[in-house]
Amino acid sequence: MRDLARSDHPLPAKGADAVGLVNVTKRFPGVVAVDDVSLTVRAGEVHVLLGENGAGKSTIVGMLAGLQEPDNGHLTVGGGRVRLTSPSGSLEAGISTVFQHGMLVPTLTVFENLVLGDTWWHRPPRALVERRIAELQRDFGLDVPLDALTGELSLGQQQQIEIARALLRDSTVLILDEATSMLTPAGADELGARMRLLAGRGLAVIFITHKLSEAYRFGDRISVLKQGQFAGEIPPEELRGQTEVDAVEHMVRLMFGTGSAAPASRRATRAPGPVRLAVDALRTEGGAEVLALRDISLEVREGEVLGVAGIDGNGQKQLAEALAGQRPITQGSVLLDGTDLGRASVAERRRRGLRYLTDDRLSEGSVGAFPVSENTVLKEIGAPPFWTAGFERPGRIAAHARDLISTYAVRTPGEATPIGHLSGGNIQKVLLGRELTGDARVVVFNKPTYGLDMQNITASRKRMREIAEDGRAVLLISTDLDELIELADRIAVIVEGRIRGTLDNDGSGEMRLRIGRLMVGDLEAAS
Amino acid sequence: MENLLTDAFLSSLLTGAIIAGIPLLLAGLGEQMSEKAGVLNIGIEGMMLFGAYLGFLVAFTFSSVWLGFLGGIAGGMMVAALMALFCVRLGLNQIVIGIGLTLGAEGLTALLHHFQFSRTYPRLPAPVRADLPLLTDIPILGPSLFGRHPVVYIALALVVIMALLYRRTNLGLTLRAAGEKPAALDVAGGRVMMIRTAAVLFTGAMAGLGGAFMANIAAGIFIPYMTGGAGFIGIVLAMLARGRPFWVLTGALIFGGALSLTTALQVAGSNIPTDVIQMLPFAAVMLVLVLYGRKARLPAALGLPYERGAR
Repeated sequence: MRDLARSDHPLPAKGADAVGLVNVTKRFPGVVAVDDVSLTVRAGEVHVLLGENGAGKSTIVGMLAGLQEPDNGHLTVGGGRVRLTSPSGSLEAGISTVFQHGMLVPTLTVFENLVLGDTWWHRPPRALVERRIAELQRDFGLDVPLDALTGELSLGQQQQIEIARALLRDSTVLILDEATSMLTPAGADELGARMRLLAGRGLAVIFITHKLSEAYRFGDRISVLKQGQFAGEIPPEELRGQTEVDAVEHMVRLMFGTGSAAPASRRATRAPGPVRLAVDALRTEGGAEVLALRDISLEVREGEVLGVAGIDGNGQKQLAEALAGQRPITQGSVLLDGTDLGRASVAERRRRGLRYLTDDRLSEGSVGAFPVSENTVLKEIGAPPFWTAGFERPGRIAAHARDLISTYAVRTPGEATPIGHLSGGNIQKVLLGRELTGDARVVVFNKPTYGLDMQNITASRKRMREIAEDGRAVLLISTDLDELIELADRIAVIVEGRIRGTLDNDGSGEMRLRIGRLMVGDLEAAS
Repeated sequence: MENLLTDAFLSSLLTGAIIAGIPLLLAGLGEQMSEKAGVLNIGIEGMMLFGAYLGFLVAFTFSSVWLGFLGGIAGGMMVAALMALFCVRLGLNQIVIGIGLTLGAEGLTALLHHFQFSRTYPRLPAPVRADLPLLTDIPILGPSLFGRHPVVYIALALVVIMALLYRRTNLGLTLRAAGEKPAALDVAGGRVMMIRTAAVLFTGAMAGLGGAFMANIAAGIFIPYMTGGAGFIGIVLAMLARGRPFWVLTGALIFGGALSLTTALQVAGSNIPTDVIQMLPFAAVMLVLVLYGRKARLPAALGLPYERGAR
């Protein structure tokens, strides 16, 4: 934006390296978000980054946008090694980002948003901006009403303004993070056409999505990420030769298939017992922010593990919360051992033996500043034997906690240590111990191994297997297909708040692909 | 009561409104800037008080009211620097730190004043006035409006300057973005921390100047705790003004008028109890808040520390 009239970054030749990652690793507390990823984005290409939520796409965007720096490895711009330490550094390197959640100030006008970030004493002349915007309107069909209040525009229009801003800055690399998630199908097609146009002008466009058909239709090159790792690439020459069906199948294989045979340690299925948990035509309320559950019906039998697979954010959390009594249900019923739970409270459900292990260990599952001991009885505050006549019995709580620590092999200096000081895996053990205390009949797990290291994952899975073998019923919600194939007897696939299908887990190598196809659905439904 | 509306009464009322209103105006303008940038500056009372103390001390020591004003600005900025460090850089709770700074400044200035002057309260010579020729000769209004210390005119000029700054320059834009959606400013290449720090320091300077005006011009004397909530009224003004400097001016004159009415009524010898009269300015605050408080639209990110990449 320094000089609107002049190009700061002459566009590199098509096919030249625009920006890249070299052996980049980025860790967050308890999670390796990006694990040794290398990729190169070329000028004149629409490069699709494809992957499920949690695959590391957003972290890569964050690093390219200067919001985070890699822990290991480095970034390149124009083939040379760079450090992008701030968003302004990234902009100066010619990289503009359109974030998933818009980054315009709603209370400013469009013009004001366009010139935001310039030096304070200077404001680019309005006439100049108008001229450049007119060009963009002509060349790319961007609709930019300069005097409109930004917050009053539709999300699609706001996105066009962000793209216009990137072009005003003469960026050479344009990142579009989940750019179609807020758009109508027509809007998405329009954006796709615009991406092709921009790439045609020599820009490098990075398009992040989890929709396979968009990846095929808009992309030149597709890189697939899986749990923070680079899972494979479909180069342009290959992509062009494929039909949409073939390409989507290829992507499904990259996203879901490891190519290896079934996990060796798969749990042996035993004869199912009586139905413990029955969910019938369950519905919850939805809104702009939360997906509604629509007619969910499930059955979990004694000694059985029912897996729920799905791309993150398709209603898994709502399902778990509705079962646990944390989210009101609008229709349908939940039966525990044949009794309708109706409007039973969280505590009542827990008392009757329905236990829920949240995926949100830190904020929902535990109170970080409290000692381990108090966290073990967090769901029984005021109840005997840990409280008598309203008074806390610290001795009993501590003894109970020590017991749990040794049973579940929690690595902690002691029961008085604040639980927030423990690692994710050890917090998970404490929570698991808490949920299994007493008469647990049905245990609902939501992403139980998310963010844990390998050792803790193995231990957690072993524990879940034991719970089922003890004759309890387990509902295992997970985004990790390997985990589901290893543990579940049957796997239900949830898509947009509905159960799209339930598969008997035969443990074969075909399972992943069968689940994957259900998850992305047929082409129309997926986009 | 009919003898209340004399020339002398009206003149002293108007004079009082301006004298009492200027510190409120300065505090309100200062607070307005930091609120625009997203920092709720509760410490402004402390900044004012420290400005009053240091402003008086410098003016007294060097026998110069002008140096005193510079001292006041410096004093306010010192407290503001702490606010910027704790609340902008380190992202601590703005309310807690603000209250802490206010209480700290109250204690510290009282202690220092006692240490130096013990129980005496030395007085500055009567302030210079800048009589604007001709205008001063207008009856009642003339002497009240146009026979004032130059700082009064500076403060009034600041209202215009701030209005232009907010409306015409990119600084105004940057401030608003920092208060509404700091992440958006950050990814647009702006510098959130710097703009917020600058805004807090400006608040300190304005509050310090207002404090020094109270001590050096309005009172001619420093008394511990003398700001008496003027900074807090400044916060109210900034909130009610919804980002518009001219509204701060209007509000400052109304509250200044209420404050001066307390004096004027006592001078006029009305038989309303003194306690009721002294309650007036605060009753006015409550009334205005009840009437217009719901319409106050505060920046979306007001009071929230910014951390890059936090979700």
